[in-house]
Amino acid sequence: MSLRSLTHLQRLEAEAIHIMREVVSEAEKPVMLYSVGKDSAVMLHLAKKAFYPSPPPFPLLHVDTTWKFRDMYSLRDRAARKAGMQLLVHQNPDAVRQGINPFDHGGLHTDMWKTEGLKQALDLHGFDAAFGGARRDEEKSRAKERIFSFRTASHRWDPKNQRPELWRTYNARKARGESMRVFPLSNWTELDIWQYIHLENIEIVPLYYAAERPTVIRDGLTLMVDDDRFPLKGEEPVMRSIRFRTLGCYPLTGAVESRATTLPEIIQEMLLTTTSERQGRAIDHDQAASMEKKKQEGYF
Amino acid sequence: MNEIYKTDALIAEDIDAYLETHQHKTMLRFITCGSVDDGKSTLIGRLLYDSKMIFEDQLATLEADSRRVGTQGENIDFALLVDGLAAEREQGITIDVAYRFFATEKRKFIVADTPGHEQYTRNMATGASTADLAVILIDARKGVLTQTRRHSYLAHLLGIRHLVLAINKMDLIGYDKAAYDRILAEYRAFAESIGIADFTPIPISGLAGDNMTTRSANTRWYDGPTLMEHLETVELDQTLDQQKPFRMQVQWVNRPNLDFRGFSGTIASGHVSVGDEIRVLPSGKTSVISRIVTMDGDLDMAVAGQAVTLCFADEIDCSRGQVITAANNPVEVADQFEASVIWMDEDQLVPGRTYWLKLGPLTVSATVAQPKYQVNVNTMEHLASKTLDLNAIGVANITTDREIPFAPYQDSRDLGGFILIDKMTNRTVGAGLIHFALRRAQNIHWQATDISREHHAGMKNQKPMVLWMTGLSGSGKSTIANLVEKKLARMNRHTFLLDGDNVRHGLNKDLGFTDADRVENIRRVGEVAKLMTDAGLIVITAFISPFRSEREMVRAMMQPGEFVEIFIDTPLEEAEKRDVKGLYAKARAGQLKNFTGIDSPYEAPEAPQIRIDTARMSAEEAADLIIAKLIP
Repeated sequence: MSLRSLTHLQRLEAEAIHIMREVVSEAEKPVMLYSVGKDSAVMLHLAKKAFYPSPPPFPLLHVDTTWKFRDMYSLRDRAARKAGMQLLVHQNPDAVRQGINPFDHGGLHTDMWKTEGLKQALDLHGFDAAFGGARRDEEKSRAKERIFSFRTASHRWDPKNQRPELWRTYNARKARGESMRVFPLSNWTELDIWQYIHLENIEIVPLYYAAERPTVIRDGLTLMVDDDRFPLKGEEPVMRSIRFRTLGCYPLTGAVESRATTLPEIIQEMLLTTTSERQGRAIDHDQAASMEKKKQEGYF
Repeated sequence: MNEIYKTDALIAEDIDAYLETHQHKTMLRFITCGSVDDGKSTLIGRLLYDSKMIFEDQLATLEADSRRVGTQGENIDFALLVDGLAAEREQGITIDVAYRFFATEKRKFIVADTPGHEQYTRNMATGASTADLAVILIDARKGVLTQTRRHSYLAHLLGIRHLVLAINKMDLIGYDKAAYDRILAEYRAFAESIGIADFTPIPISGLAGDNMTTRSANTRWYDGPTLMEHLETVELDQTLDQQKPFRMQVQWVNRPNLDFRGFSGTIASGHVSVGDEIRVLPSGKTSVISRIVTMDGDLDMAVAGQAVTLCFADEIDCSRGQVITAANNPVEVADQFEASVIWMDEDQLVPGRTYWLKLGPLTVSATVAQPKYQVNVNTMEHLASKTLDLNAIGVANITTDREIPFAPYQDSRDLGGFILIDKMTNRTVGAGLIHFALRRAQNIHWQATDISREHHAGMKNQKPMVLWMTGLSGSGKSTIANLVEKKLARMNRHTFLLDGDNVRHGLNKDLGFTDADRVENIRRVGEVAKLMTDAGLIVITAFISPFRSEREMVRAMMQPGEFVEIFIDTPLEEAEKRDVKGLYAKARAGQLKNFTGIDSPYEAPEAPQIRIDTARMSAEEAADLIIAKLIP
């Protein structure tokens, strides 16, 4: 009998759907971390597929830093509405009070808004499983993390003490207070993500496409002046045709000069480029093991 | 320039054509196994490098790291690209399973990089569980080693059909064909002895690149494929799975409203079409597929590997963990199996203890009997063993608390592979591969009787229960239990007292005091107590019962609410001071082994229904308190 082989994207899609259905069946109160980036967009799309015709049976959670691009906030609200899902937004009240920002506070900015903010939000709502869009190809310590990644009650990850993960059988059992971070996109690469967005026609933030935008160049990063909170040190913003390969806080996210205005052009540029995706993010620029340390402390 | 670099031209000239090609690629998952120095990380690093999965900034980091901590002098140390975690880098070895990705014109690849160290068998089993193919690395200078045998055995055990014997570092033996042939002959003899029917040998050098992606001029005597050619063309498991009978484990019942009821899951094998007759197991109910639902529209047919939602023409019961099969070709259902068990936890297997057994989406309680034998993974010898330690592999009978649908592991990884989870720590402690069901379970059926347990209890005008007293030796369990029974008897209650010492004179006189024997002791007492509650009695037990798992096991045997855990709480110093039977003195003198509190642990109840603090009340008061709490 001759049947058809599934393509690698079909298999990745099926795997992600399988993982999401497991979480919903095993966890008491799951949530999907939604950062509005392209990986989140794919994850949300897969969630809709996994439970169709039901809406995904969990809310979306955006751990907000208040410093995201304006385009991200508008897509966030629209995407949640279209999916028929509740959107929870958490801003760390301590960071709000202290006015933590990426210009004055360096590493503290990520730590307080993202790491602490995430822990606060998970504790506040009592979520015991949180989907994240991280991929194993992004960074070396991610490559070793399980799909179902166990966290202690204080949200710590212990890379030396991970549960073995066989077949597609996942152990989601845990004691009260402990939680799982679950990564349905673990086995996707950046190319897979782009290709899938293209094939499935998934809406992404326009910043991924090249356009003329006001920019300054600082410490080797091309930064976009997205609003008037950007303190200019005598610099004059210059209009450049840029796009973003990854989206975070706008003062921390480097753009690349580009003319790519369609998805195939973005993919073409990505394939011919010679720098890896995370280089655009200032967070990774410290030592090699920085991400592993951050993750042990509870960073997603 | 090899094939891979032609891609660049296509991307630059016609991205749409490239995307069209890429979109139809299939996916191969494989593992690499080898000892620490066999060049495993170097081989993967080379594959990533050759398929251009290394970006310029990573290359810069790699060059810097190579100079700082590398082992290749001024050359690039590809291994650094692969060894991820900080602690491991310092130790210079890979200690966990890491996944790497690369793609060629034909396929996308996921590589599980698994460690070669003996203590990490569990990681290799993890990596192998999802792989279609295994690359077994051999250092050409060293030949077939103990580790080679171990890795091959594990890959074969985990059901990997395609083995590649990559004889590496050929450059270091001057591409000597005779040496290559000697290694090959030795390996072939070994492979046949453990039932490996076929494998693909390739002479390579990960460092120099021979026969990796291009045919090497240094090995003109070799006419087989390069490693990459082989990876690109080998048959996928998934293709084979599609030709097997239809099976799907139900993960989730999709019920958005009263008009729709669908069963979501990933098809484990075969294919299914609208109109197909299906059977749900274990119930055996049949129906017909009415719809195959996806968000992209209904399908006429779905195949193994697809995640779908199936609707039936009839309203039959079906829930998570059940299996939908072809009506005329269902799977077996049983509650006793023989299985290979790979132990993965620091705490050894306790035969007789109940663990969670998770087979795909299905979770049940299960016990593992004392292993029939353990396999020495270095020599393949069968050894007698009472238990399994971390990284040990054995064959044992498994009993589940209810009948489950399954298939032998060699027919289906999804329906024959399970994990064992410790009920207290929730850790994944073992993995199992079902061989076959034991006939006993299939042929012994529960005999329905007409006088029910309710009838028995009604005649005695009481609610049956088990008053389970746990505590250290000398804590006062027997004394209090005896008083409780006397008081209940005066109240015309029908009781029976099961005392630890007494039971060991008869029913359990064959048992000692090892952990496994303690578990069996409690299991038998639990079964007896259960029969007595069926007979309508109030059962009082006085056993040290030191382990939480076993107390929970007995609780699970009883009807809800019938098990009352009573913690006779006497501190060790106090019990030792009393030492009514002189046992603590003997234990301290080393004359008594495995004595609870001395050289064997006591796990105090975390939330007993009743706690008796013997420092604050007499045995009389304790007995009164227990009765007052139970019989208002």
